[in-house]
Amino acid sequence: MSILIDETTGVIVQGITGRDGSFHTAAMIEYGTRILGGVTPGKGGQQVSGVPVFDSVKEAVAKTGATASVVFVPPKFATSAIREAAEGGIRFVICITEGIPVLQMVATTAELAERGVRLLGPNCPGLISPGKSKIGIMPGRIHKPGRIGLISRSGTLTYEVVYNLTEAGLGQSTCVGIGGDPIVGTGYIDLLDLFEKDHGTDAVVLIGEIGGDDEEKAAEYIRTKMSKPVVSFISGRTAPPGKRMGHAGAIIAGGRGTAEAKVGAFREAGVPVADKPDEIPALLRDKLAAKR
Amino acid sequence: MKIHEYQARALLAEYGIPVPPGKVARTPEEARSIASEIGSQVVVKAQVLVGGRGKAGGVKLANSPAEAESRAREILALTIKELPVEKVLVAKSVEIKKEYYLSVTLDRARKRVVLIGSASGGVDIEELAVVDPGKIVIAEVDPLKGLTPGPAAEFSDRVFPTKRASEQGADALVKMYRLFVEKDCSLVEINPYAELPDGSLVAADAKINFDDNGVPMHPEIERLRNDEEYSRDEIEARTAGLSFVSLDGDVGCIVNGAGLAMATMDLIKLFGGSPANFLDVGGSSNPEKVLNALRIITGNRKIKAILINIFGGITRCDDIANGIVMARKKLDMRLPLVIRLVGTNEKEGRAILEREGLGAAERLSDAVKMVVARSKEGR
Repeated sequence: MSILIDETTGVIVQGITGRDGSFHTAAMIEYGTRILGGVTPGKGGQQVSGVPVFDSVKEAVAKTGATASVVFVPPKFATSAIREAAEGGIRFVICITEGIPVLQMVATTAELAERGVRLLGPNCPGLISPGKSKIGIMPGRIHKPGRIGLISRSGTLTYEVVYNLTEAGLGQSTCVGIGGDPIVGTGYIDLLDLFEKDHGTDAVVLIGEIGGDDEEKAAEYIRTKMSKPVVSFISGRTAPPGKRMGHAGAIIAGGRGTAEAKVGAFREAGVPVADKPDEIPALLRDKLAAKR
Repeated sequence: MKIHEYQARALLAEYGIPVPPGKVARTPEEARSIASEIGSQVVVKAQVLVGGRGKAGGVKLANSPAEAESRAREILALTIKELPVEKVLVAKSVEIKKEYYLSVTLDRARKRVVLIGSASGGVDIEELAVVDPGKIVIAEVDPLKGLTPGPAAEFSDRVFPTKRASEQGADALVKMYRLFVEKDCSLVEINPYAELPDGSLVAADAKINFDDNGVPMHPEIERLRNDEEYSRDEIEARTAGLSFVSLDGDVGCIVNGAGLAMATMDLIKLFGGSPANFLDVGGSSNPEKVLNALRIITGNRKIKAILINIFGGITRCDDIANGIVMARKKLDMRLPLVIRLVGTNEKEGRAILEREGLGAAERLSDAVKMVVARSKEGR
């Protein structure tokens, strides 16, 4: 099993004719994802990697029956693309785009929540259920099907952790990047809850970073609501306060959002925190062995 | 992005929020002429992008234009938290009957814009939130409706004790919210929001921060950018399209992806070294970006060794390798260089490096241990 997506998920790509959109459409199809079509206004009727391009999401959904959409549209138009997806009948929107003004996301997340449409991202690598489907930009071949769930605010750091897991023989059920912006759709707690209920997941790795207090809230959730083991890693222990570390959300502001506070919260909740990404497999094994 | 108080005041005034008369001066002479224009007691305030200027002697009263000139001279000679004071605001000194606090900001956890107000203004709001949270009023703004006069008045009534003050506060809040939304701000703060003896309220100090993602969409805000907020290397990196933050260590880092870049810095520290910078070369790599990154890093004389850590996803290892080769031809690359290269087109990348006689580590921990050791050899 896996969460959110599997081999049956039908996907369209918004911004499919763009540089990133077309490149990753090909990579997703090669991985086995059911890419059913794409949308670029004004380019309906064309083909990209053998799938049809439509002028609107509504048309694409009507013709293909897709339920998920991945957005590669530039920041200026990204939130209208997300809204178009929600209005057009898509149930799960994955937004890869980086650089969307935060204020636009305030309104967009509220609107999608009202419609009951799930959003992942923005500024995220997407998600993958290894061996079944990947909707996003992560390199597929470093993953391996298995029973570890992974949640992360980062892209390449997630690859680093997956690489260590796979090398240690620990395959993954689903790996989800929630995005590095201050305001994102799906958060840690939504996903922890899904992994807790998923019969295909035995344990979860949570990769957090400085900024905000989502990690602290996740720690509290794990302590009170989760039976499955969780192992964590937090980046940004050496980040200076007041400086944005690449991700728009990765900033220590007014003394809040420090790595220290997050590490402390996890340890208090009984969640081991790795000092190095390559310690994660051993920590997982310990936790899983203790449970048996 | 942060701006100075004098810039923030100008924006507030543009949106119709009253501010005491005043202007910015770059020299003591300018300060004198502004003071004589104002014609009464003035306050001379250092314009620096850090807090705590009052304690550092950066805010002084002056009773005459001549005094304004000498106060400005003193303040312009100051360095506050490593930032030299280059400008002062000379503003009319107002008699304050009572100080309030108002701000519009983003609450990440609630995913909402929030209004914050307090009848105990003039103090650090974060401190107040810890010491006496009961004195702070907070309300969410409906993200789909925006801030309308009704909810603004309701909120204002909770902050201000009198009808007259509350009406002015509500009007200011609607304007602050409009500014917040129209210019993609992350904070619009008036503190103190000062009540004068005649009952009118003015913004006696103001702070406005912008969402970095929004700035490119507002050229008029981009023009307010103050380069002193950034190090020379940070400015150069921004021009080159690199995400960069200066730190004070001696191991230069070039990494793809922000999370991995932070984790790399953390590992350097964990293994006993000291990172000199955060640098994310970004997703779609091209060799030119690696060249620019190496140019900035080799230009920093403190650096003893360099680590390039790439986990190729969208970033292709061969692009990175080509950038390294290009840099070795164009730059003085005498510093020890440790490369870690895995992911997309790893084989091609390694082959390019091998032709140059360069090796690349596979494991991150190995690479970090190696670069920390090399950084200590030169000492």
